[in-house]
Amino acid sequence: MNDGKTPLLDELEKGKWPSFVTEMKKAAKKKPIAAALLDQVEASYKERIGHWKPGGIVGVRGYGGGVVGRYSDAPERFPAAKEFHTFRVNQPAGFFYTTKKLRELVEVWEKYGSGLYNMHGSTGDIILLGSNTKNVQPCFDALSEIGFDLGGSGGVMRTIGCCVGAARCEKACIDSMEITRDLTMHYQNEIHRPAFPYKFKIKVSACSNDCAAASARSDLAIIGTWRDTLKIDPKAVAEYVDGGFDIVERVVRKCPTEALDWDAGKKELKINASECVRCMHCINVMPKALHVGKNRGATLLIGGKAPVVRGAMIGWVLVPFIKMESPFTELKDVIGRLIDWWAEKGRHRERIGELIERVGLAKALKAVGLKPLPQMISAPRTNPYIFWNKEEVTDNG
Amino acid sequence: MAKTDFGPPDYRELIPPVIKENYGKWDYHAVPSPGVLKHVSDNGAVMHSVRVASPRLVSSEFILNISDIADKYCDGYLRFTTRNNVEFLVSDEKKLQPLIDELKDKGYMLGGIGNGISNVVHTQGWIHCKSAVTDASGLVKNMMDELYEYFTGEIKAPARLRLAVACCVNMCGACHCSDIAIVGIHRTVPTIDHELASRICEIPRTIASCPTGAIRPNPKLKSIEINADRCMMCGNCVAVCPALKIMDPVNDGVSIWVGGKLSNARTKPMFSRLAIPYIPNNPPRWPEVTAAVKNLVQVWAANAKQDERMGEWIERIGWERFFQLSGLEFTDKHLDDFTHATTTFRSTTQFKY
Repeated sequence: MNDGKTPLLDELEKGKWPSFVTEMKKAAKKKPIAAALLDQVEASYKERIGHWKPGGIVGVRGYGGGVVGRYSDAPERFPAAKEFHTFRVNQPAGFFYTTKKLRELVEVWEKYGSGLYNMHGSTGDIILLGSNTKNVQPCFDALSEIGFDLGGSGGVMRTIGCCVGAARCEKACIDSMEITRDLTMHYQNEIHRPAFPYKFKIKVSACSNDCAAASARSDLAIIGTWRDTLKIDPKAVAEYVDGGFDIVERVVRKCPTEALDWDAGKKELKINASECVRCMHCINVMPKALHVGKNRGATLLIGGKAPVVRGAMIGWVLVPFIKMESPFTELKDVIGRLIDWWAEKGRHRERIGELIERVGLAKALKAVGLKPLPQMISAPRTNPYIFWNKEEVTDNG
Repeated sequence: MAKTDFGPPDYRELIPPVIKENYGKWDYHAVPSPGVLKHVSDNGAVMHSVRVASPRLVSSEFILNISDIADKYCDGYLRFTTRNNVEFLVSDEKKLQPLIDELKDKGYMLGGIGNGISNVVHTQGWIHCKSAVTDASGLVKNMMDELYEYFTGEIKAPARLRLAVACCVNMCGACHCSDIAIVGIHRTVPTIDHELASRICEIPRTIASCPTGAIRPNPKLKSIEINADRCMMCGNCVAVCPALKIMDPVNDGVSIWVGGKLSNARTKPMFSRLAIPYIPNNPPRWPEVTAAVKNLVQVWAANAKQDERMGEWIERIGWERFFQLSGLEFTDKHLDDFTHATTTFRSTTQFKY
């Protein structure tokens, strides 16, 4: 047993940045399970090692995931943290809440758990940290009553996440929150019941600034873009320049394709539209004067992931431009074919990007029924070892 | 039985009326003061968002406190950001200054908008993860205690700088594409409990899990062997077979990575690259890690051009100049020997001294 003193963690209550230790202590005052967590983390700080055991399956009726089993590896020292399971609770798109909804959530978690939360986890879920086994089902029942469903864990489609998008951003090229809501409702079975070789993540960023980190952190990234010319408000441009904004240094010289020109005499910003690659830099630094175009849609990228196990990847272009209008039929069609192909060909714990790396992008495109395009690559192949299909060569006996 | 498969609460019932009315119609935004966003719609409607830092790991009390504040000034509407900040959504401009005053009075830290350092994306660490090599929350707290003035805007930065912490190489944070990332690493090969392995391990699956082919069967013990020379400590086998242990409190520690980005602005997204291969875990303050990160931030801030992210700056000056300016040692550990290796070797006679 620990003496309840936490001299090492106490250090982390000092300093300006908000302290997670203070938060843990608030919960520990009310809950033995949270007090035991504090003791165990203090031990980790002292011993420089974690104290959670690998594995352990817990769950709720009807679901194959959403609750992650967690057990202390030293239950004799931290008895109240012996069982410390996590709920992944699917967050509302865009992380919007009413205080009423948050208070309902607090009421449930105060009743059944530690009173500690991650707002939010890396994938986007609300993470409820620390419930014992006995409380798992009643806690879910209570969450269900107040309209909070579980997110994904294991070999499933994971909880879908997005940026704030059209709800509060002038750069939104697609309605990232509605796409997230729609796909989440469409794929409830895939989110809740493991049937895939490994995890499959989808994230939606409404523009190429990618605030949802979709291209790095999701197997399928949906990133808003446009096809026509960005919009220039000449009067607002002049206002920036009259206000001392160095348009040549900050905008014209930073354009990656030299598509912009500043006519100082006429005070006119000119764009060579066909050369613009929609990187958004100029729009980012002159938000009042420049706006995304009107013919909007998304780029789909495939294969983004963290290092496990073939190395980190940033998603590769699968579809350069796709229209994104509700009910997103074309998108769902692409996702369905991708997942079918991966579920059939993928090995245990092989992400879809790793499958593509193993068998080639050409096979993935064929499976999904997409035509290869130069927008998909940074350069064509350098080796001559080309796969030819039987029907592409003449039968010569 | 409880209802299932009903999905998350519908955002359409959780957004304030000003958003409902101006959804998809926002025209531009401004940042009138640090931590405050002013969005203006096509029809002139205005909404302010006030952003404050959170430690991500929060108590019920924290949630109830921010709810009280949102009830008082925001008609009960608030949101969180992708980087774990809290945003109070203000429709009535008259309530903006009183809200800011109360937040400051109560010790909330306003900021995290635009050029500078926003909140840190990070993982669970010792608080909740079975594979944590270090404590992510502790590292974040320490770094931001040193760097918070880049959050509040008291110190100006040339561009955005995204910090991330992952407590092991699984990197559940956005570490592989962050301007500066801290990643927990192992340096010693997993140990095998042969007796346990013979009972509970799926031997073929464990062998197949190794990306370098370092694992072979040990038929005598009905277990496996690991070829230490080929093991790169990725931990994949440990996730597959519970009889393998990789935790080593003496040799585990953290590495520091630089130059990643995800925005497509100006340049394409970039991976983070290794800057410092190993710093020992030194809780609770990790002074060596904090000093190293602060040095990187300061060297970048002093040398980068306006709007130039860490990776863009390094690309312009070259890696040899980066190591020189940052005072970091370049070692054999910086040479990649895995899947991306040959894309990182230089094939030109162009370099700097």
